[in-house]
Amino acid sequence: MSSVVPERCDVLVVGAGPAGMAAAVAAARSGASVVVIDDNPAPGGQIWRDGPGAKLPPAARKWRDALERHANIRVRSGTRVVAAPSPGELLLEDAEGAVRMRWSKLILCTGARELLLPFPGWTLPGVTGAGGLQALIKAGLPVEGERIVVAGSGPLLLAAAATARSAGAKVLRIAEQASFASVARFGAGLARWPGKAAQAVALADSCYRTSSHVVSAGGAGQVESVRLRQGNGKEVEIACDRIACGFGLVPNTQLGRMLGCALASDGFSARGLQVDARQATSVPGIYAAGECTGFGGSERALAQGSIAGHAAVGDERAAAAHEGERARWDAFAAQLHRGFALHAGIRVLPRPDTLVCRCEDVPFSVLQDCSGWTDAKLHRRCGMGACQGRVCGDAAQFLFGWTPPVPRPPLSPVRIATLAGLGEVVGGADARQ
Amino acid sequence: MDADVIVIGAGIVGAACAHALADAGAKVLVLDAGIGGATGAGMGHLVVMDDNPAELALSRHSIAQWRELAPRMNEDCAYSACGTLWIAANDEEMAEAERKLQRLRADGIDSRLLDAKQLAAAEPALRKGLAGALEVPGDGILYAPNAARWLLAQHAASIRVEQAKVDAIEEDGTLRLADGSRRAAPCVVLANGIQATALCPELPIRPKKGHLLITDRYPGTVHHQLVELGYVTSAHHSEGDSVAFNVQPRPTGQLLIGSSRQFDTTDAAVEAPMLARMLQRALDYLPGLANLNALRSWTGMRAASPDGLPLLGKHPWRERLWLAVGHEGLGVTTAPGSAHLLAALMTGATPGFDAAPYAPRGLREAA
Amino acid sequence: MSAHTLLNIDGRLVRVKTGSSVAAALRVAGGTGVARISVGGQPRAPFCGMGVCQECRVLVDGRRRLACQTVCTEGMRVETSE
Repeated sequence: MSSVVPERCDVLVVGAGPAGMAAAVAAARSGASVVVIDDNPAPGGQIWRDGPGAKLPPAARKWRDALERHANIRVRSGTRVVAAPSPGELLLEDAEGAVRMRWSKLILCTGARELLLPFPGWTLPGVTGAGGLQALIKAGLPVEGERIVVAGSGPLLLAAAATARSAGAKVLRIAEQASFASVARFGAGLARWPGKAAQAVALADSCYRTSSHVVSAGGAGQVESVRLRQGNGKEVEIACDRIACGFGLVPNTQLGRMLGCALASDGFSARGLQVDARQATSVPGIYAAGECTGFGGSERALAQGSIAGHAAVGDERAAAAHEGERARWDAFAAQLHRGFALHAGIRVLPRPDTLVCRCEDVPFSVLQDCSGWTDAKLHRRCGMGACQGRVCGDAAQFLFGWTPPVPRPPLSPVRIATLAGLGEVVGGADARQ
Repeated sequence: MDADVIVIGAGIVGAACAHALADAGAKVLVLDAGIGGATGAGMGHLVVMDDNPAELALSRHSIAQWRELAPRMNEDCAYSACGTLWIAANDEEMAEAERKLQRLRADGIDSRLLDAKQLAAAEPALRKGLAGALEVPGDGILYAPNAARWLLAQHAASIRVEQAKVDAIEEDGTLRLADGSRRAAPCVVLANGIQATALCPELPIRPKKGHLLITDRYPGTVHHQLVELGYVTSAHHSEGDSVAFNVQPRPTGQLLIGSSRQFDTTDAAVEAPMLARMLQRALDYLPGLANLNALRSWTGMRAASPDGLPLLGKHPWRERLWLAVGHEGLGVTTAPGSAHLLAALMTGATPGFDAAPYAPRGLREAA
Repeated sequence: MSAHTLLNIDGRLVRVKTGSSVAAALRVAGGTGVARISVGGQPRAPFCGMGVCQECRVLVDGRRRLACQTVCTEGMRVETSE
């Protein structure tokens, strides 16, 4: 049985997306020992995900090079946080083994996941998230010649469609549930933001339809068609090979909540980790930056990450230098949220037999009879599967308003050998740096 | 009066008591605080325990009752007659297995010994070098939260469940709820586990914390509930923290892993070093567990009495109050048997076995 | 580094662009890219693409891992379905 290896660092950054990379580089300038961990095979997060199907923009390369250039930054890819066995320590696991990492300052850059809502047929092979399809294509999924319908909500739909087209797929429709008025307002406002004007043009895509949402996915054993409701109230059935459907982003706050960090309660940062002007959370020594504090885009994540990294090593001046940049992108984020709010109509997507918990096959009708999350879990197994209630929990929160409880360790499925290795502190204080 | 009987606690013991009393014709009001207790945390192992004759009588009678109820229970009660294998790691434990076999057989409980080869055939995932095992085929497993619900639902007309926290039991047996209102009945049954001492501080009940862990689905890895024979000694005789090998194959194909015991802490947090100790013990017997994925870990608080037997019967001095508490790690096993005894005592019927060993005892005198 | 990687999926040799995820390889292998069978006996393929939904659980060299977050390596042995 392999034991859990003790290590330590000055600044531990969780997440290697834009926020995490900026935080690590900022902190490293002080000479502090920085470790960045990330569960994907390479740094970049979602937006700058690398792979045979990815086209990394210059900014992505610049930040990855910066990570590599600093000798005092160590990147551990393919690594997940499992637990916090004692204060100032995180238990990490990768494919080879496990590490208990002692840290002096912690910067949470855990990003966001897609809001994936249930609809009839959503479990068919060929149905994915919108960001999900983009991620799969970047990682090498072949989609050349496939007919794809993108649906759900948010600017991510356009990005996903663009990635699919670049990979040789035919995007037949982009169905946005928000109204034309909302989206147009958002599009008109984009000109204020450098680099976003292109997105405004993308909204004029001939396949783009507003006030439109998925009704069901059809097919035997895999996606063969999708049924969409259109703005005029009519429904249309489109033959296709894939449905990429996501309803915006949900901040990944599980690790922060487990560590006792408070959630933001106001405005559009609802359900993200609460942070102050220096990106400090409610727990001393723990900072947070990027989408885990609320959805705002990569530019804001970079600004927040830089502030967090400088603040964590006590460089007030350097932190303050990024405040203007952050404020600019805060305003963009607010505009984003107003544009794509989810309307109540999509709460009626699932039918009684539509599965809500995909891991344990718990249908909507069963959950309608439950009094809350604990009831649904304890008595009907919803959330007892491998995703630990992430997908169904998000769905249940949206459909029923159920708040999920504070996450308990393990934060992700973990090998028993890893948990068993926490019995003794191997070597005591002489941990490798 | 709000009912013929009020039962405090809708866990497996409270539900079984309500069911038995409704069977006897009573109108029952069950009050549950909704905070969850041992029922939702435990393993649901239906196991004949023979540390002493009274424990044996209660557990075997109760398991027979479960076996009778099983065919009528819903699928989600997940009753499975998988049996228990008491694992002997060495000759000394094998000798204990033989003694246990004699005791069980003397009581008419089906059991047989497996030698090392037979054990390896029965459970290929166990490590090499074990001495053998005692098999008790009549043991089983049950998903207690749904079984409790099922029991209550069997008498929907005469059992009413109200979510309410009882703040105090007044001198005449009236119950004062957290919202200030009162409930009263000619008889009250206290069946709320470690919460019982909040209402009756005189009860000799101590919390015994236990850790559990469940894996992802790996069907076919293990076939019986596996318990080490050393479990018996560590469970009931030591005062310090202890762990013992205890693994259950869930009908889902998941492996439920226990067990640990710590006295007198009510902190529900999972303690990494304790969990590690428990898992190391499990790896001693099932080395293949090392590469299986764990999905969840949690803790539960067993309500332990000084001698390991529950308190079943009339409270010695409080008006109208009856007790069904102190079941420690055998709440699910002994729920129907406890309920049977208590209902008999309450209605004046003759219980199917001697109630004397469980009569409320050891209560601290009122100040 | 070679432009392609050869791995074994359910006993079949599959050739993918180097750096591809096992999730991508499942699809290249043919069929609908199914990773596992659900509790109810239905085929499931990668869904969220980012290590959250657990639909893409497969055995990689004997250990259960997520296909969408595992990069194919030469000679890797992948087994689908539970």
